[in-house]
Amino acid sequence: MRWGRFLGFLAIVCIILGVTAGTSMNVWKTIRLGLDLQGGMDLLYKIEPPQGQALTAAGKQALLQAVQLRVNSLGVASPVIELESGDQIRVELAGNFNQQTAEQVIGQTAQLEIYGSAVEKNGKWVPAPHAKPLITGADIQPNSAQVGQDQYGNIAVNLEFKDKQKWANITKRYTKKVLYTFLNGQLLTAAKVNGEIPNGQTQLTGNFTVQSATELAKELNAGSLPYPLKLVSSMNVGPTLGMVSLRATLWAGLAAVALIFIFMLLVYRLAGLVADLALVAYGYLTLVTFSGMHVVLTLSGLAALVLGVGIAVDANIITYERVKDEVRAGKSLQSAVISGNKRALRTIIDANATTFIAGAVMYWFGQGDIRGFAVALMISIVISMLTAVLLSRAMLLLLTRSGAVRRPWWYGARREGVKA
Amino acid sequence: MKVHFDIVRRRHWFFGLSLVITVIGLIVWATMGFNLGTDFKAGSRVQMDLGQPVNIAQVRSMMSDAGLPVGQDAITVAGANKQTAVVRFPQVLTQAQVATINRLEKQQFPHSQGAAISTVSPFVAQQTSRKAVWAVLLASLFIVAYLAVRFEYRFALAAIIALLHDAFIVISVFAMFRLEVDLTFVAAVLTIVGYSINDTIVIFDRIRENLKLTPPKTYHDLQQLVNRSLWQTMTRSINTVVTVLIAAVMLYLFGGQSIHNFTLALIVGLVSGAYSSIFIASPIWFVWRGRGLPRGEPEGVPGA
Repeated sequence: MRWGRFLGFLAIVCIILGVTAGTSMNVWKTIRLGLDLQGGMDLLYKIEPPQGQALTAAGKQALLQAVQLRVNSLGVASPVIELESGDQIRVELAGNFNQQTAEQVIGQTAQLEIYGSAVEKNGKWVPAPHAKPLITGADIQPNSAQVGQDQYGNIAVNLEFKDKQKWANITKRYTKKVLYTFLNGQLLTAAKVNGEIPNGQTQLTGNFTVQSATELAKELNAGSLPYPLKLVSSMNVGPTLGMVSLRATLWAGLAAVALIFIFMLLVYRLAGLVADLALVAYGYLTLVTFSGMHVVLTLSGLAALVLGVGIAVDANIITYERVKDEVRAGKSLQSAVISGNKRALRTIIDANATTFIAGAVMYWFGQGDIRGFAVALMISIVISMLTAVLLSRAMLLLLTRSGAVRRPWWYGARREGVKA
Repeated sequence: MKVHFDIVRRRHWFFGLSLVITVIGLIVWATMGFNLGTDFKAGSRVQMDLGQPVNIAQVRSMMSDAGLPVGQDAITVAGANKQTAVVRFPQVLTQAQVATINRLEKQQFPHSQGAAISTVSPFVAQQTSRKAVWAVLLASLFIVAYLAVRFEYRFALAAIIALLHDAFIVISVFAMFRLEVDLTFVAAVLTIVGYSINDTIVIFDRIRENLKLTPPKTYHDLQQLVNRSLWQTMTRSINTVVTVLIAAVMLYLFGGQSIHNFTLALIVGLVSGAYSSIFIASPIWFVWRGRGLPRGEPEGVPGA
């Protein structure tokens, strides 16, 4: 028995178990959970440029920035905003917040337009035909809109125009005349201008409550969207439901891992133990990768990782069956382990490459859920190549060369007796 | 070596069995189509974890309180404890309606764990369907290309036939039992496409190796060689599918509700994949490769 090699083997075992037990909880806490696991909403908007207007790259950037501003005003932690398929914007908000308000703030443009004339049509006030707005929400000084009160104590929204001169000219021209203020196509106020306003300020009144005034101020401050957005798909998950799914799936994963551990121990004995230790390393390294690469863990991603346990163990099974073949062919345990590992490697690479290809295609084509699954699948394949091939090979060779094990029975082989 | 069951000689049984299942499934699929989920068919899907056994009448009354009357068929009960209600609407719910549903659910079902609500417009549904078909086709194409480079074209095509077989079996099962087909179903089919070929490769790898060791001179030699390769890899084939099945079955039984159908598709595909690697892919390759070889000794002597 060579104690140096055996101690080396024990050292690896201790490192794997120690590091995993010591730090995995902390690593787990740094992993971002998808909104299906912690609750939240996923909104997909289609950008719909008005007829005859092309969608430009600069316009899309401006739109993304505008959406970003609006999302930030919600105060939801680490939102995800992405351009998808060229003309769609996906917004993902995780956590517990008022989901209905969020959708309104993001997708709706507070279209403020002030006209000099309006007509009543079917009992509804609309801007006079062919009239152009004198000034719009796009002219508002960013972050100037605030909730306030008018002289009668009614809730109002105060705001300031960027171009003070423009507003002064308008108010001068319309002194003692009526200005019609439309919000989202509906008449908000029709008020007589008392005199020229030189400081660019104005006040919007209507039947506001504190809440509706606050929302309007937020929408006005966020600026107008360069193109209208249409909500084409949405996903809302309640925060408790997410937690229930997470817990259920984690338990399922633990049960699966425990059963696979036992299976490997029963079938491959000591070699099975090596495979199980490599599995612990697999689990730990996947956590570290998710945390380090800031990958979001979704429910389907979790499923892929559990499935990955099966894939990782498969590499061990291929190798061990090879080793058994070599033992059967009359080789000594040590040379059987060496050549078995070598001959299994090509098979393992070919087999995993195809699964990886499927994962890459899923990532390329998929969105949301499917992407989460594909990323987790690819990560688990790469890591299982490290742990189930490199790590467990090193451990098995150390153990075999230490001479602590002589009977092939310990590696799951049936044949007794060894040619030393 | 022990005398084993001669798989290659009885290939016609296996070809026949797979053909029957696939044909029945395809007939059902062609006549009745899939039970498509909201991912592919525009509309909304409300999944509520009520924390108590689902009473469909109560769910219906809650929906009509929300101003969204639904028929009996629109509500299905799911989950291990029958505590999850899934309601499907043909229309796209607005965020205001979503908020109303959430509010009423909390009021009327005090033990509720909350809801997962998704809405999909026709535009997105169409885009998703198109992408799903492309994804499956492209994944298959890339895998064939990889195998053709690493092995030879006959292996690649036999592997693809086995792979399409697995995809068809899963599609057949879902069509026959009217299980809901949503986006995760596509992910499951893609995983099966990637994973079932895994088994096939391990067996083909062994056949390739044995071909180098003892090049077959006759049809009979080749038959023995394929049988031998199959039995040499049999323990591995079984052990592997057992470990992955353990994972999939645990997820199916205890995992989150939204991956339920996904794991079911995986289980069916994994079993079919293990079966097709052994009983379909290798015999197909044998039939093809064996053409033109001299007969040699009569067929039927068990592989040794």
